[in-house]
Amino acid sequence: MSSKSKPLFSSSLGKKLIMSLTGLFLCMFLLIHLIGNLQLFNNDAGYAFNKYAVFMTTFPPIKVVSYLLYASVIIHAIYALVLTLKNKSARPVGYNQSAGSANSKWNSRNMGILGTVLLVFIATHMSNFWWKYHNDQVPYIEYKTDLKTGQQLEVRELTANEFTVYSVQVENGIETVQARDLYKQVDFAFQSLPLVALYVIAMAALAFHLIHGFQSAFQTVGFNHKRYIGCIRTIGVWLFGVIIPVLFALMPLYFFFKG
Amino acid sequence: MNLTLKVWRQKNDKSTGQFVTIQAKDIADDMSFLEMLDIVNDDLTRKGEDPIYFDHDCREGICGMCSLVINGRAHGPNQGTTTCQLHMRSFHDGQTIVIEPWRAAAFPVLKDLAVDRTAFDRIQHAGGYVNINTGGVPDANTIAIPKVIADEAFESATCIGCGACVAACKNASAMLFVSAKVSQFALLPQGQTERYERAQAMVDQMDAEGFGNCTNTGACEAECPVGIKLTNIARLNREYLSAKVLSQRDIHA
Amino acid sequence: MLDSKVPAGPLAEKWSKHKFNMKLVNPANKRKFTIIVVGTGLAGASAAASLAELGYNVKTFCYQDSPRRAHSIAAQGGINAAKNYQNDGDSVFRLFYDTIKGGDYRAREANVYRLAEVSVNIIDQCVAQGVPFAREYGGLLDNRSFGGSQVSRTFYARGQTGQQLLLGAYSALNRQIHKGKVKSYTRHEMLDLVKIDGQAKGIITRDLVTGKIESHEAHAVLLCTGGYGNVFFLSTNAMGCNVTASWRAHKRGALFANPCYTQIHPTCIPVTGDHQSKLTLMSESLRNDGRVWVPKTKELAAKLRKGELTAADIKEDDRDYFLERKYPSFGNLVPRDVASRNAKEMVDDGRGVGKTGVAVYLDFAEAIERLGEDTVRAKYGNLFDMYAKITDENPYKQPMRIYPAVHYTMGGVWVDYNLMTTIPGLYCLGEANFSDHGANRLGASALMQGLSDGYFVIPYTVGDYLANLGSFAPVDKNHPAFEQTRKEVEENVNKLLALRGTKTVDDIHKELGLIMWEYCGMARTAEGLTKAKGLIQNLKKDFWTNANVLGENEEMNMSLEKAGRVADFIELGELMVDDALNRAESCGGHFRLESQTEEGEAKRNDEEYAYVAAWEYKGENQPEVLHKEELIFENVKLTQRSYK
Repeated sequence: MSSKSKPLFSSSLGKKLIMSLTGLFLCMFLLIHLIGNLQLFNNDAGYAFNKYAVFMTTFPPIKVVSYLLYASVIIHAIYALVLTLKNKSARPVGYNQSAGSANSKWNSRNMGILGTVLLVFIATHMSNFWWKYHNDQVPYIEYKTDLKTGQQLEVRELTANEFTVYSVQVENGIETVQARDLYKQVDFAFQSLPLVALYVIAMAALAFHLIHGFQSAFQTVGFNHKRYIGCIRTIGVWLFGVIIPVLFALMPLYFFFKG
Repeated sequence: MNLTLKVWRQKNDKSTGQFVTIQAKDIADDMSFLEMLDIVNDDLTRKGEDPIYFDHDCREGICGMCSLVINGRAHGPNQGTTTCQLHMRSFHDGQTIVIEPWRAAAFPVLKDLAVDRTAFDRIQHAGGYVNINTGGVPDANTIAIPKVIADEAFESATCIGCGACVAACKNASAMLFVSAKVSQFALLPQGQTERYERAQAMVDQMDAEGFGNCTNTGACEAECPVGIKLTNIARLNREYLSAKVLSQRDIHA
Repeated sequence: MLDSKVPAGPLAEKWSKHKFNMKLVNPANKRKFTIIVVGTGLAGASAAASLAELGYNVKTFCYQDSPRRAHSIAAQGGINAAKNYQNDGDSVFRLFYDTIKGGDYRAREANVYRLAEVSVNIIDQCVAQGVPFAREYGGLLDNRSFGGSQVSRTFYARGQTGQQLLLGAYSALNRQIHKGKVKSYTRHEMLDLVKIDGQAKGIITRDLVTGKIESHEAHAVLLCTGGYGNVFFLSTNAMGCNVTASWRAHKRGALFANPCYTQIHPTCIPVTGDHQSKLTLMSESLRNDGRVWVPKTKELAAKLRKGELTAADIKEDDRDYFLERKYPSFGNLVPRDVASRNAKEMVDDGRGVGKTGVAVYLDFAEAIERLGEDTVRAKYGNLFDMYAKITDENPYKQPMRIYPAVHYTMGGVWVDYNLMTTIPGLYCLGEANFSDHGANRLGASALMQGLSDGYFVIPYTVGDYLANLGSFAPVDKNHPAFEQTRKEVEENVNKLLALRGTKTVDDIHKELGLIMWEYCGMARTAEGLTKAKGLIQNLKKDFWTNANVLGENEEMNMSLEKAGRVADFIELGELMVDDALNRAESCGGHFRLESQTEEGEAKRNDEEYAYVAAWEYKGENQPEVLHKEELIFENVKLTQRSYK
């Protein structure tokens, strides 16, 4: 018995490991992303949300992580494709009758379809917000806040000429913040019914993807023990399958119905 | 009862096959599924037609020779049952039953419903053993093995090698089969010396045979006639990854 | 008179001395020899692996698609070994004694002693291979008791001992296949033996996928092809189990010994109808906790059959626990032949239960009450599940219905102490030979014998033969004997393929089975056997005129496979009847109604029949010639077996 020569990632298990690790990393990101985006529900004309957006795009460690994130999405998708093609070739002649529902869950068998929906969603999502934000295609805004009382004194849209760079100035206890108004962009985008629909559908896909994916990732790294698996399944179903997708889905709905 | 069978007929591994509709008449409840096919075959033979070839041997659910995907289910509709132990009381009069062979690139059809499962043997050749010769072994009671470990190893060791896991998996993955054997030896003290080499060797052979990848759908576990659990697959993943990443053993000379 | 080649000297030293006296093959010369192993069950797989480890080139053949599927896999209960781990007084001599006595003094002392002696090594070997035997909480091996002995010496792996042992041997075999020392031929059936100058030098096989008839040469051939229980059509054997390899070797000159010794296992699931293709055994271990009974009166039994009453309605006082009543000291754990015969007696007496009335109860109510359902489930769960699946009845709630069924054949190819048949270079191992179980095999001894022959006997004895060949030259593949034998096989195949009658091969096989069961089953008489002989001869004619064998050779051909096997079974059946007729005594599984004690137990006739009946084939439709091997008992006193 000797079989040490083959590199890890050339094997089926190695490829699966990549799926698992990138998947778990994306799950972690989702959680962070959600916490940040909850600022959208603040009734502060986007003050907190826009500050958060600046932090996310400028703080160096976050920048590094964000590149890892883009890479993860791409690698996760590419390996999914590679594995799927291999899986298809493992059964060249299919069954006339197949009763998949009798032995497995629909979502576990259709991770590829769910993933494709998510990929389309991510592309739309990024072009709507990430791309526009990074290419100065969003409006600008200025906030004046009394630091003592925390009361927002004035909110004013800026023109492109008035805005130079993100700035925070404090004078006599009054804070003046000038920023790109991603919040406005969000508000604007979510007035479109088709886009809201896409978001809601995508979040449903996310829910089903993660209900299987989260616990499956643990199985793939070899973590499955009677004593802990229940906990992992619960987190997978409730946190990643219900709470996170529902909160995300509420965001477009909130703006859409807020008008 | 009377049944309509839609059976996959294929002359040999080179020809293409097709479904043929055959009537099964006067089938009794307490016949096994294979006894029903025996009767159909007797009828075919009397009519001078080629009987349906299917694999079977012990007919008591242990040899793993019988197969058949019956109405889309490996070994038929009942859980924890091989085709030979499936009885006709699970069907009803007038029912149409579609019977297909295991489908996988690694299991080519030989004739009708019989497939070539030697890929499983080759995986076992790669490492499904403890490297010891006959004789010269210590007394059986020299090593005490905790009962819970012995029992868990036994659960993995009961795999009958029928291939239902591959047949049921949408990816035709052999992970449940391979993991059962790797688990048995990974758990027992006897298997420790080659624990990591074994996992790697068997996975390499599994990949070379053209089986698909595990996507943890759990179909294999649900269709396994002897109840091999998904925890085995997790253990195989663990064994393999730890062999590749953490426990890579080498001589540094 | 046959020479058994049993070495001289005290019983306990025979094997050690013999091992020393046998010639060895130098390690460098072993690779010049090729050995063919036919059959890959416990005996075949263990022999092939062990011989390959020694350095011989081995070719294995099996009709299944993998060596792992040989029918040894279905053995449930366990494997005996004289380890005395339980401190209950077991010893090699006690295992030897129990086996000889259990076999009703019709086995060869020296072989049985050797079997008991190496039994302890088998357990060590299997554990080292990773066989997951049942263990106690302290981590050491657990034992249970089995029929015919009063110590607990049976090692087991739940109800799947055979499976686990076979997978162990299969793993050892795989290791050698991987190393290139064993070439494994699956879906191949041996159809003849090739002899050159009187010695076995190869076999002819048919590739069951392509139909190709092939010659394979070797310096020695090992038949490890199992028993011939399927001569009864219905048995606990696998559907493919057959006598063809042994029978064709017999026709080439290997004597066939004691064919009438068949074991009828008491605890099988009863027959339900004509469609039945095989019978399923419920492990003998069930008799540790199950109690066998029938109602005391015919009237109650009749009501049970009609479904007017259920087992639970029968009061304790109205039940006849007949084994406990008749054999107080062994109770439900009497040997298999005794238990079977008593069940038949009850049924013949009109007290059988179940719809057909051909069954007795095996009741676990008392055990469930005493141990709790969970303990019973842990011990026998898989057997109970199997029963429930087949019968659609819940054995936790109502008693099992059981009835005896053909299970094992003690008879087989005659071998000497070295396991060599009367053809030099041809060996026979495991159930296929006749050597160790006399007229009745004790439970958990079949696995022991198969592995003993394969792991610990043949590696020594085959070396002695090869060392004495006087040449290391390869076998001449081009010798005319190969071509000649191949042609004969092809002719036989063509003869079968030419049959275009009205009966299926299964029809004829079923007829044969009924004849055998009726006249050569649990009770035999001179009159019945004589009648059976005529019936079988007619059936043979019927087969060769009315059988329908479809298709051609060059394909996977189920009809052809079956036809060849059934043709051999018919011939064997006739020999079994001859043998049973010849042996006008009762012993073990062979019960001649003419020879019984006043209490209805088997009555031996040691004066006239303390011999092995080995039959020589003399040609098509010629009567076979009887050769006798006198059985000499120096270490045990022949007594009437008593389990009271």
